[in-house]
Amino acid sequence: MARITAGVATSHVPAIGAAIDLGKTREPYWAPVFAGYEFSRHWIAAHRPDVVFLVYNDHASAFSLDLVPTFAIGCAERFAPADEGWGPRPVPPVLGHPELAAHITQSLIQSDFDLTVVNRMDVDHGLTVPLSLLFGQPEAWPCRVIPFAVNVVLYPPPSGLRCYRLGQALRQAIGTFDEDLRVQVWGTGGMSHQLQGPRAGLINKAFDQRFLDLLTDDPELLAQMPHVEYLREAGSEGIELVMWLIMRGALGPRVRTTHRFYHVPASNTAVGHLILEDMP
Amino acid sequence: MALPKPYADIPGTTVFDADRARVGYHLNSFCMSLMKPGNRARFKAGERVYLDEWPMSEEQKQAVLARDYNRMIALGGNIYFLAKIFSSDGLSFQHAAATMTGMSQEAYAKMMLNGGRSPEGNRFPGEQR
Repeated sequence: MARITAGVATSHVPAIGAAIDLGKTREPYWAPVFAGYEFSRHWIAAHRPDVVFLVYNDHASAFSLDLVPTFAIGCAERFAPADEGWGPRPVPPVLGHPELAAHITQSLIQSDFDLTVVNRMDVDHGLTVPLSLLFGQPEAWPCRVIPFAVNVVLYPPPSGLRCYRLGQALRQAIGTFDEDLRVQVWGTGGMSHQLQGPRAGLINKAFDQRFLDLLTDDPELLAQMPHVEYLREAGSEGIELVMWLIMRGALGPRVRTTHRFYHVPASNTAVGHLILEDMP
Repeated sequence: MALPKPYADIPGTTVFDADRARVGYHLNSFCMSLMKPGNRARFKAGERVYLDEWPMSEEQKQAVLARDYNRMIALGGNIYFLAKIFSSDGLSFQHAAATMTGMSQEAYAKMMLNGGRSPEGNRFPGEQR
Protein backbone atom coordinates (compact mmCIF):
# COMPACT_ATOMS: atom_id res chain seq x y z
CA MET A 1 0.00 0.00 0.00
CA ALA A 2 1.01 3.61 -0.46
CA ARG A 3 1.80 5.53 2.71
CA ILE A 4 2.59 9.08 3.76
CA THR A 5 6.15 9.25 5.02
CA ALA A 6 6.45 12.96 5.90
CA GLY A 7 4.99 16.42 5.54
CA VAL A 8 7.01 19.39 4.32
CA ALA A 9 6.01 23.05 4.45
CA THR A 10 7.87 25.85 2.74
CA SER A 11 7.42 29.33 1.35
CA HIS A 12 7.62 29.57 -2.44
CA VAL A 13 8.86 33.14 -3.08
CA PRO A 14 9.63 33.70 -6.81
CA ALA A 15 12.84 35.62 -5.99
CA ILE A 16 14.20 32.44 -4.38
CA GLY A 17 13.78 30.68 -7.71
CA ALA A 18 15.53 33.53 -9.48
CA ALA A 19 18.40 33.40 -6.96
CA ILE A 20 18.88 29.68 -7.69
CA ASP A 21 18.56 30.07 -11.45
CA LEU A 22 21.02 32.98 -11.55
CA GLY A 23 23.59 31.33 -9.25
CA LYS A 24 23.19 33.84 -6.40
CA THR A 25 22.65 31.40 -3.56
CA ARG A 26 26.02 32.18 -1.94
CA GLU A 27 25.55 35.94 -1.99
CA PRO A 28 25.26 37.49 1.48
CA TYR A 29 21.58 38.36 0.98
CA TRP A 30 20.60 34.82 0.00
CA ALA A 31 23.07 32.60 1.89
CA PRO A 32 21.04 32.61 5.16
CA VAL A 33 17.89 31.55 3.28
CA PHE A 34 19.57 28.58 1.62
CA ALA A 35 21.43 27.63 4.81
CA GLY A 36 18.00 26.90 6.29
CA TYR A 37 17.42 24.25 3.63
CA GLU A 38 20.78 22.52 3.82
CA PHE A 39 19.55 20.01 6.39
CA SER A 40 16.49 19.37 4.23
CA ARG A 41 18.49 18.58 1.08
CA HIS A 42 20.45 15.93 2.97
CA TRP A 43 17.34 14.65 4.71
CA ILE A 44 15.39 14.20 1.49
CA ALA A 45 18.31 12.43 -0.20
CA ALA A 46 18.14 9.89 2.63
CA HIS A 47 14.32 9.76 2.68
CA ARG A 48 13.55 10.01 -0.99
CA PRO A 49 9.81 9.95 -1.77
CA ASP A 50 8.39 8.14 -4.78
CA VAL A 51 5.72 10.81 -5.11
CA VAL A 52 5.27 14.31 -3.74
CA PHE A 53 1.68 15.51 -3.44
CA LEU A 54 2.46 19.20 -3.77
CA VAL A 55 -0.10 21.70 -2.51
CA TYR A 56 0.49 25.16 -3.95
CA ASN A 57 -1.34 28.03 -5.55
CA ASP A 58 -1.24 29.15 -9.11
CA HIS A 59 -0.38 32.87 -9.46
CA ALA A 60 -2.47 33.76 -12.50
CA SER A 61 -0.32 31.48 -14.66
CA ALA A 62 -2.43 28.43 -15.51
CA PHE A 63 -5.72 29.90 -14.31
CA SER A 64 -6.90 33.31 -15.48
CA LEU A 65 -10.16 34.80 -14.23
CA ASP A 66 -11.88 32.75 -16.94
CA LEU A 67 -11.73 29.73 -14.68
CA VAL A 68 -10.96 29.74 -10.94
CA PRO A 69 -11.13 26.28 -9.37
CA THR A 70 -10.96 26.17 -5.58
CA PHE A 71 -9.20 22.78 -5.55
CA ALA A 72 -7.58 21.52 -8.77
CA ILE A 73 -5.66 18.24 -9.04
CA GLY A 74 -3.10 17.69 -11.79
CA CYS A 75 -3.75 14.28 -13.33
CA ALA A 76 -1.46 14.58 -16.36
CA GLU A 77 1.75 12.68 -17.06
CA ARG A 78 3.77 15.86 -17.48
CA PHE A 79 3.58 19.54 -16.53
CA ALA A 80 5.79 22.21 -18.11
CA PRO A 81 7.24 25.17 -16.16
CA ALA A 82 5.09 28.25 -16.85
CA ASP A 83 6.22 31.44 -18.55
CA GLU A 84 5.28 34.01 -15.91
CA GLY A 85 6.31 37.03 -17.93
CA TRP A 86 10.08 36.60 -18.06
CA GLY A 87 10.23 33.19 -19.74
CA PRO A 88 9.90 29.77 -18.06
CA ARG A 89 12.29 28.88 -15.21
CA PRO A 90 15.17 26.69 -16.48
CA VAL A 91 14.03 23.66 -14.49
CA PRO A 92 13.10 20.14 -15.61
CA PRO A 93 9.52 19.30 -16.57
CA VAL A 94 7.44 17.91 -13.73
CA LEU A 95 6.38 14.30 -14.19
CA GLY A 96 3.04 13.42 -12.66
CA HIS A 97 1.62 10.18 -11.32
CA PRO A 98 -1.67 9.80 -13.21
CA GLU A 99 -2.66 6.50 -11.56
CA LEU A 100 -2.31 7.79 -8.00
CA ALA A 101 -3.86 11.13 -8.99
CA ALA A 102 -6.90 9.36 -10.42
CA HIS A 103 -7.25 7.27 -7.27
CA ILE A 104 -7.00 10.34 -5.03
CA THR A 105 -9.49 12.24 -7.18
CA GLN A 106 -12.12 9.53 -6.93
CA SER A 107 -11.56 9.06 -3.22
CA LEU A 108 -11.67 12.79 -2.35
CA ILE A 109 -14.79 13.50 -4.42
CA GLN A 110 -16.50 10.56 -2.74
CA SER A 111 -15.46 12.16 0.56
CA ASP A 112 -17.38 15.31 -0.50
CA PHE A 113 -14.37 17.37 -1.68
CA ASP A 114 -15.39 18.50 -5.15
CA LEU A 115 -12.11 18.68 -7.04
CA THR A 116 -11.50 20.06 -10.50
CA VAL A 117 -9.55 17.62 -12.67
CA VAL A 118 -6.79 19.20 -14.75
CA ASN A 119 -5.11 17.28 -17.56
CA ARG A 120 -3.27 20.19 -19.16
CA MET A 121 -1.56 22.79 -17.03
CA ASP A 122 1.74 24.64 -16.78
CA VAL A 123 3.13 24.96 -13.25
CA ASP A 124 4.53 28.24 -11.94
CA HIS A 125 6.99 29.22 -9.21
CA GLY A 126 4.49 28.16 -6.54
CA LEU A 127 5.28 24.55 -7.45
CA THR A 128 8.80 24.70 -8.88
CA VAL A 129 10.50 26.83 -6.19
CA PRO A 130 9.79 24.28 -3.42
CA LEU A 131 11.18 21.51 -5.68
CA SER A 132 14.33 23.57 -6.27
CA LEU A 133 14.74 24.30 -2.55
CA LEU A 134 14.61 20.63 -1.62
CA PHE A 135 16.22 18.99 -4.66
CA GLY A 136 18.60 21.67 -5.98
CA GLN A 137 19.27 21.74 -9.72
CA PRO A 138 19.09 18.13 -11.02
CA GLU A 139 18.77 17.14 -14.69
CA ALA A 140 15.42 15.58 -13.83
CA TRP A 141 13.34 15.79 -10.63
CA PRO A 142 14.04 12.65 -8.59
CA CYS A 143 10.39 11.77 -7.99
CA ARG A 144 6.90 12.05 -9.41
CA VAL A 145 4.81 15.06 -8.41
CA ILE A 146 1.04 15.47 -8.20
CA PRO A 147 0.29 19.21 -8.38
CA PHE A 148 -2.64 20.28 -6.23
CA ALA A 149 -3.60 23.90 -6.83
CA VAL A 150 -5.67 25.78 -4.26
CA ASN A 151 -7.27 29.11 -5.08
CA VAL A 152 -5.93 31.76 -2.70
CA VAL A 153 -5.93 34.61 -5.25
CA LEU A 154 -9.65 35.30 -5.61
CA TYR A 155 -11.18 35.83 -2.17
CA PRO A 156 -12.51 33.80 -0.48
CA PRO A 157 -10.13 30.86 -0.55
CA PRO A 158 -11.23 27.69 1.23
CA SER A 159 -11.18 28.00 5.02
CA GLY A 160 -8.36 26.62 7.11
CA LEU A 161 -10.75 24.03 8.49
CA ARG A 162 -11.79 22.93 4.99
CA CYS A 163 -8.12 22.53 4.06
CA TYR A 164 -7.36 20.58 7.23
CA ARG A 165 -10.28 18.21 6.65
CA LEU A 166 -9.20 17.76 3.03
CA GLY A 167 -5.78 16.74 4.28
CA GLN A 168 -7.37 14.13 6.51
CA ALA A 169 -9.36 12.74 3.58
CA LEU A 170 -6.17 12.76 1.51
CA ARG A 171 -4.48 10.57 4.12
CA GLN A 172 -7.25 8.00 3.71
CA ALA A 173 -7.08 8.23 -0.06
CA ILE A 174 -3.32 7.66 -0.24
CA GLY A 175 -3.50 4.85 2.30
CA THR A 176 -5.88 2.85 0.09
CA PHE A 177 -3.74 2.91 -3.08
CA ASP A 178 -2.49 -0.59 -3.81
CA GLU A 179 1.03 0.10 -5.02
CA ASP A 180 3.84 0.39 -2.46
CA LEU A 181 4.71 4.07 -2.67
CA ARG A 182 6.36 6.48 -0.28
CA VAL A 183 4.38 9.70 -0.57
CA GLN A 184 5.23 13.06 0.95
CA VAL A 185 2.65 15.83 1.22
CA TRP A 186 4.00 19.35 0.86
CA GLY A 187 2.18 22.53 1.77
CA THR A 188 3.63 25.71 0.30
CA GLY A 189 3.22 29.49 0.30
CA GLY A 190 3.41 32.13 3.04
CA MET A 191 4.53 33.07 5.54
CA SER A 192 3.50 36.64 6.42
CA HIS A 193 3.72 38.97 3.44
CA GLN A 194 1.80 41.64 1.62
CA LEU A 195 2.66 42.55 -1.96
CA GLN A 196 0.11 45.28 -2.62
CA GLY A 197 -1.00 48.72 -1.52
CA PRO A 198 0.48 51.17 0.99
CA ARG A 199 0.80 48.37 3.59
CA ALA A 200 3.09 46.29 1.32
CA GLY A 201 6.06 44.84 3.15
CA LEU A 202 4.13 43.75 6.22
CA ILE A 203 5.89 41.02 8.20
CA ASN A 204 4.55 39.57 11.46
CA LYS A 205 7.15 37.37 13.14
CA ALA A 206 5.02 36.74 16.23
CA PHE A 207 2.11 35.53 14.09
CA ASP A 208 4.41 33.32 12.01
CA GLN A 209 6.06 31.69 15.04
CA ARG A 210 2.69 31.01 16.64
CA PHE A 211 1.46 29.57 13.33
CA LEU A 212 4.43 27.18 13.22
CA ASP A 213 3.80 26.14 16.84
CA LEU A 214 0.08 25.55 16.37
CA LEU A 215 0.46 23.80 13.02
CA THR A 216 2.73 21.30 14.70
CA ASP A 217 1.01 20.82 18.06
CA ASP A 218 -2.60 21.98 17.83
CA PRO A 219 -3.78 22.03 14.21
CA GLU A 220 -7.43 21.60 15.26
CA LEU A 221 -7.23 24.98 17.01
CA LEU A 222 -5.30 26.59 14.16
CA ALA A 223 -7.91 25.36 11.68
CA GLN A 224 -10.50 27.58 13.41
CA MET A 225 -8.63 30.78 12.52
CA PRO A 226 -10.88 32.97 10.33
CA HIS A 227 -9.66 34.41 7.04
CA VAL A 228 -9.77 37.98 8.32
CA GLU A 229 -7.18 37.17 10.96
CA TYR A 230 -4.74 35.92 8.31
CA LEU A 231 -5.36 39.05 6.22
CA ARG A 232 -5.03 41.51 9.09
CA GLU A 233 -2.12 39.84 10.90
CA ALA A 234 -0.12 38.11 8.15
CA GLY A 235 -0.84 40.41 5.19
CA SER A 236 -3.11 40.04 2.19
CA GLU A 237 -0.88 37.38 0.64
CA GLY A 238 -0.20 35.66 3.99
CA ILE A 239 -3.55 33.92 3.50
CA GLU A 240 -1.62 31.38 1.40
CA LEU A 241 -0.85 29.74 4.75
CA VAL A 242 -4.22 27.93 4.73
CA MET A 243 -2.55 25.52 2.31
CA TRP A 244 -0.17 24.31 5.01
CA LEU A 245 -3.19 22.87 6.82
CA ILE A 246 -3.75 20.36 3.99
CA MET A 247 -0.26 19.01 4.61
CA ARG A 248 -0.86 18.91 8.37
CA GLY A 249 -4.21 17.15 7.99
CA ALA A 250 -2.50 14.43 5.97
CA LEU A 251 -0.29 13.58 8.96
CA GLY A 252 -1.45 11.92 12.16
CA PRO A 253 -2.59 13.82 15.26
CA ARG A 254 0.87 13.73 16.85
CA VAL A 255 3.99 14.65 14.90
CA ARG A 256 7.62 15.34 15.59
CA THR A 257 9.47 18.29 14.15
CA THR A 258 12.37 16.97 12.10
CA HIS A 259 13.36 20.45 10.96
CA ARG A 260 12.14 24.02 11.50
CA PHE A 261 13.47 27.20 9.91
CA TYR A 262 12.36 30.82 9.81
CA HIS A 263 14.02 33.80 8.15
CA VAL A 264 13.16 37.39 7.20
CA PRO A 265 13.31 38.53 4.45
CA ALA A 266 13.30 36.94 1.03
CA SER A 267 12.35 39.89 -1.13
CA ASN A 268 8.95 40.89 0.40
CA THR A 269 8.30 37.75 2.38
CA ALA A 270 8.98 35.85 5.60
CA VAL A 271 10.35 32.40 4.80
CA GLY A 272 9.13 29.47 6.88
CA HIS A 273 10.00 25.81 6.49
CA LEU A 274 9.04 22.66 8.39
CA ILE A 275 9.64 18.94 8.05
CA LEU A 276 7.14 16.97 10.12
CA GLU A 277 6.95 13.23 10.59
CA ASP A 278 4.29 11.10 12.26
CA MET A 279 5.10 9.98 15.78
CA PRO A 280 5.62 6.21 15.64
CA MET B 1 -28.66 41.42 1.85
CA ALA B 2 -25.05 42.52 1.47
CA LEU B 3 -22.49 40.04 2.72
CA PRO B 4 -20.32 41.24 5.61
CA LYS B 5 -16.77 42.18 4.61
CA PRO B 6 -14.84 42.27 7.88
CA TYR B 7 -11.60 42.73 5.89
CA ALA B 8 -12.72 46.01 4.31
CA ASP B 9 -11.17 48.19 7.02
CA ILE B 10 -7.61 46.83 6.92
CA PRO B 11 -5.41 49.89 6.33
CA GLY B 12 -3.63 50.15 2.98
CA THR B 13 -5.07 46.84 1.79
CA THR B 14 -7.54 45.89 -0.94
CA VAL B 15 -8.83 42.34 -0.76
CA PHE B 16 -9.45 40.91 -4.23
CA ASP B 17 -12.92 39.50 -3.63
CA ALA B 18 -15.61 38.48 -6.11
CA ASP B 19 -16.85 42.09 -6.46
CA ARG B 20 -13.33 43.38 -7.22
CA ALA B 21 -12.81 40.53 -9.70
CA ARG B 22 -15.98 41.55 -11.55
CA VAL B 23 -14.78 45.16 -11.89
CA GLY B 24 -11.28 44.12 -12.92
CA TYR B 25 -12.03 41.25 -15.27
CA HIS B 26 -10.86 42.93 -18.50
CA LEU B 27 -7.89 44.67 -16.87
CA ASN B 28 -6.69 41.37 -15.43
CA SER B 29 -7.35 39.56 -18.71
CA PHE B 30 -5.16 42.08 -20.52
CA CYS B 31 -2.39 41.41 -17.95
CA MET B 32 -2.72 37.67 -18.51
CA SER B 33 -2.18 38.15 -22.25
CA LEU B 34 1.36 39.40 -21.53
CA MET B 35 2.42 35.87 -20.64
CA LYS B 36 2.86 35.21 -24.37
CA PRO B 37 6.14 36.57 -25.82
CA GLY B 38 4.42 37.71 -29.02
CA ASN B 39 1.89 39.77 -27.05
CA ARG B 40 4.63 41.27 -24.88
CA ALA B 41 6.44 42.43 -27.98
CA ARG B 42 3.29 43.97 -29.46
CA PHE B 43 2.48 45.72 -26.15
CA LYS B 44 5.99 47.16 -25.92
CA ALA B 45 5.87 48.32 -29.54
CA GLY B 46 2.68 50.32 -28.94
CA GLU B 47 1.10 50.25 -25.48
CA ARG B 48 -1.92 52.41 -26.25
CA VAL B 49 -2.77 50.53 -29.44
CA TYR B 50 -2.50 47.21 -27.60
CA LEU B 51 -4.63 48.42 -24.68
CA ASP B 52 -7.33 49.61 -27.08
CA GLU B 53 -7.82 45.99 -28.14
CA TRP B 54 -9.29 45.31 -24.68
CA PRO B 55 -12.72 46.43 -23.43
CA MET B 56 -11.16 48.19 -20.42
CA SER B 57 -12.27 51.55 -19.03
CA GLU B 58 -10.25 54.61 -20.00
CA GLU B 59 -9.26 54.99 -16.33
CA GLN B 60 -7.87 51.47 -16.30
CA LYS B 61 -5.87 52.11 -19.47
CA GLN B 62 -4.46 55.36 -18.09
CA ALA B 63 -3.44 53.60 -14.86
CA VAL B 64 -1.59 50.94 -16.88
CA LEU B 65 0.18 53.53 -19.03
CA ALA B 66 1.23 55.42 -15.85
CA ARG B 67 2.27 52.14 -14.14
CA ASP B 68 0.21 53.36 -11.18
CA TYR B 69 -0.25 50.06 -9.35
CA ASN B 70 -2.35 51.45 -6.49
CA ARG B 71 -4.71 52.94 -9.06
CA MET B 72 -4.85 49.66 -11.00
CA ILE B 73 -5.75 47.85 -7.77
CA ALA B 74 -8.44 50.45 -7.01
CA LEU B 75 -9.86 49.71 -10.46
CA GLY B 76 -10.08 45.96 -9.92
CA GLY B 77 -6.55 44.79 -10.65
CA ASN B 78 -5.03 41.91 -8.72
CA ILE B 79 -1.34 41.93 -7.89
CA TYR B 80 -0.61 38.51 -9.39
CA PHE B 81 -2.15 39.62 -12.68
CA LEU B 82 -0.50 43.05 -12.51
CA ALA B 83 2.79 41.20 -12.01
CA LYS B 84 2.70 40.37 -15.73
CA ILE B 85 3.08 44.10 -16.46
CA PHE B 86 6.12 44.75 -14.28
CA SER B 87 7.66 41.42 -15.27
CA SER B 88 7.32 42.49 -18.91
CA ASP B 89 9.05 45.73 -17.89
CA GLY B 90 11.86 43.62 -16.40
CA LEU B 91 11.08 44.81 -12.88
CA SER B 92 10.83 42.79 -9.67
CA PHE B 93 8.01 42.28 -7.18
CA GLN B 94 10.03 44.30 -4.71
CA HIS B 95 10.24 47.21 -7.12
CA ALA B 96 6.48 47.17 -7.71
CA ALA B 97 5.73 46.82 -3.99
CA ALA B 98 7.95 49.80 -3.19
CA THR B 99 6.12 52.03 -5.68
CA MET B 100 2.82 51.25 -3.95
CA THR B 101 4.12 52.32 -0.54
CA GLY B 102 5.39 55.71 -1.68
CA MET B 103 8.90 54.70 -0.54
CA SER B 104 11.99 54.62 -2.73
CA GLN B 105 13.06 51.11 -3.65
CA GLU B 106 16.18 51.58 -1.53
CA ALA B 107 14.23 52.62 1.55
CA TYR B 108 11.76 49.78 1.01
CA ALA B 109 14.52 47.18 0.58
CA LYS B 110 16.14 48.47 3.77
CA MET B 111 12.86 48.20 5.66
CA MET B 112 12.57 44.57 4.53
CA LEU B 113 16.14 43.82 5.61
CA ASN B 114 15.29 45.28 9.01
CA GLY B 115 12.43 42.83 9.45
CA GLY B 116 9.71 44.36 7.29
CA ARG B 117 6.78 46.61 8.09
CA SER B 118 5.58 46.03 11.63
CA PRO B 119 1.95 45.01 12.13
CA GLU B 120 1.85 47.45 15.07
CA GLY B 121 -0.26 50.41 14.04
CA ASN B 122 -1.20 48.73 10.76
CA ARG B 123 -4.01 46.38 11.70
CA PHE B 124 -6.98 48.72 12.15
CA PRO B 125 -7.95 52.15 10.84
CA GLY B 126 -6.74 55.00 13.01
CA GLU B 127 -4.59 52.67 15.09
CA GLN B 128 -1.51 54.49 16.25
CA ARG B 129 1.47 53.31 18.18
